[in-house]
Amino acid sequence: MSTSAPTQADIPRPRSPEPRPAGRRRDRTPDSHGFPTRPYDLVKEFVIALVAVSLLTAGLAAVFSSPDEKAITMRDWATAAPNDVVATATGELAGTTTSAGYGPPYNTNDPGQKLGPLPLQSWGGVRIPVDSANDLVVAPLTLAAGDPSLRAALGVWNRAPAEQQTAWATAYGDALAKAPDGDPGQVVAGDYGPVPIMARSFLTLARSGGLEGALTSSGNFYGGDQTRSLLLLADGAYLEDQARARHLGGDQWGMTNETGNYPGQPWMWLYTFWYQIEPFSSSGNADALVWGLMMLLSAALVLLPFIPGLRSVPRWIPVHRLIWRDYYRRYPARAGLRDGHDLTPPREGVG
Amino acid sequence: MGAWDIAADGTGRYLSWGPIQISVTNLVIIGAMVVVFVLAILLPFPRPHDETPEQQP
Amino acid sequence: MTGRVIDAAFGPPAEAAPAAESGNWTVRLRTRIAHTVPPGQALPDRQPVYVASWIYVFGVLTVAAFLVVLASGGVLALGGSAWWHTSGVGHFTNSLHLWSVELFMAFMVIHLWGKFWMAAWRGRRALTWITGAVAFLASIGTAFTGYLSQSNFDSQWIAGQAKDGLNAVGIGAFFNVLNPGQMLLWHVVLLPLVVGVLVIAHVVLVRRHGVVPPIDATEE
Repeated sequence: MSTSAPTQADIPRPRSPEPRPAGRRRDRTPDSHGFPTRPYDLVKEFVIALVAVSLLTAGLAAVFSSPDEKAITMRDWATAAPNDVVATATGELAGTTTSAGYGPPYNTNDPGQKLGPLPLQSWGGVRIPVDSANDLVVAPLTLAAGDPSLRAALGVWNRAPAEQQTAWATAYGDALAKAPDGDPGQVVAGDYGPVPIMARSFLTLARSGGLEGALTSSGNFYGGDQTRSLLLLADGAYLEDQARARHLGGDQWGMTNETGNYPGQPWMWLYTFWYQIEPFSSSGNADALVWGLMMLLSAALVLLPFIPGLRSVPRWIPVHRLIWRDYYRRYPARAGLRDGHDLTPPREGVG
Repeated sequence: MGAWDIAADGTGRYLSWGPIQISVTNLVIIGAMVVVFVLAILLPFPRPHDETPEQQP
Repeated sequence: MTGRVIDAAFGPPAEAAPAAESGNWTVRLRTRIAHTVPPGQALPDRQPVYVASWIYVFGVLTVAAFLVVLASGGVLALGGSAWWHTSGVGHFTNSLHLWSVELFMAFMVIHLWGKFWMAAWRGRRALTWITGAVAFLASIGTAFTGYLSQSNFDSQWIAGQAKDGLNAVGIGAFFNVLNPGQMLLWHVVLLPLVVGVLVIAHVVLVRRHGVVPPIDATEE
């Protein structure tokens, strides 16, 4: 017996990894080990591939680099769009912002989206509770309240009933919307209670650079969870304006894009495609519907071998005739067609 | 390219055609992938002249 | 039958009991591992003659790109999540990571296209297709959490947008894209593990069943 490791030539070739029980349908795809072979260096091929990809990556990285647009800080926002900050703070107090009326997982102010009859958003539950008015505005202001007029305003706010709070904030929000450029300095007089002072102080807090800390860490030394800061930022118009200017908006196929001329995530093309067309583009349940549809299509991709018709496309459109043209030419006898052949996986199951 | 609108606003170049909007970069990448796929299928695969004869099973 | 082949090549096992009847878990595991791939097929030095097209290199190119992704990601991890904003070496490493990911996705999709037109799921290879397709989807998720971990404007915008899709179906309550601490750990630990296990399973399955024969090919 040879003392070296057995090679293909030494070992009687098994017809398949496991013996087939009697009575099963014969697998029509022959065993790959039953074909003529030629020498081949698997490890060398892998090493060549690794070197080639490494060099290609290094070349692309050296030539094109990668984008890094700085995150928008609250201070940046306050400096670039102060009126937007004031309007957003007012909206949080009035309960008119996106986060305030979001529903689960932040609050119960909206039933949320449904996939057909299934209230999936509700099923998630309120597991990330955020009270927009108190958590995003009042709490940071309270932490930062050194100014006596702000402390007094907060006192008035906290003592007022909820309906009064909403009335003040809504009135101020409407007045800001009517003022030229949303400028708080040009708002007509009205009954806004403590809201103008709170909104102005909020802007000052944002400008100071302390707002993220007040939102994220509050009471906890270590941050790490930017939920509140991001919800507040997303409630304003400035973040979206910056994104749309860079073609990153939802209706701009933004999911596939990146800042500058960089490649984005082009593989997201089908996910974002549905948002661009009806009925999704005007549906309040668009997110749930698109997700459901993409789950279906993903399942179809994964389970392709079991889907009649779809799994036969490679036979109907014979790209394989090109791929294996060399083999078909050299072994015509082995490439004979068999009647009634269908490209099915064996009925006995996978593996 | 007559049917395509091109937006070049300094923050990236984009083409649009009906509901489709795509960045030039993404289009180049996808186009290159298709070209590479077609070439991979069409280009002849070399058989070394000194290869040992095929072994029949 | 493969057991007899192994015995013929390497001599019978030390234990007297045949492996299939052994109550010894170690023996049973060893036997199972040894029979995962036909003998000589884990690292074969021959391949079927029909493997003769450039389309066949895209699997190994995908694996190679995956390793570069892991390596560049590992270097980024050395410096921490904010390192690349302030370090030139860090930024270059980030660029390596970005472009190796682009190459990884491109090679994988071209590989998928090739395997589709070859109907490579034939001959008990459905699980090979399935592990590949799931790895593809898992890779998309991994890339997504990577974008969330950049700690820059991109991360802010993508998080704000993605949360709506995930919240709408209840997932957002558990998978909070606005929480970079959570997203970074998914990106660096959980998802690469999932993709890695799927890739290993996928490659083992290819070695186990061999490269799928051409459509309509016969052995005789």
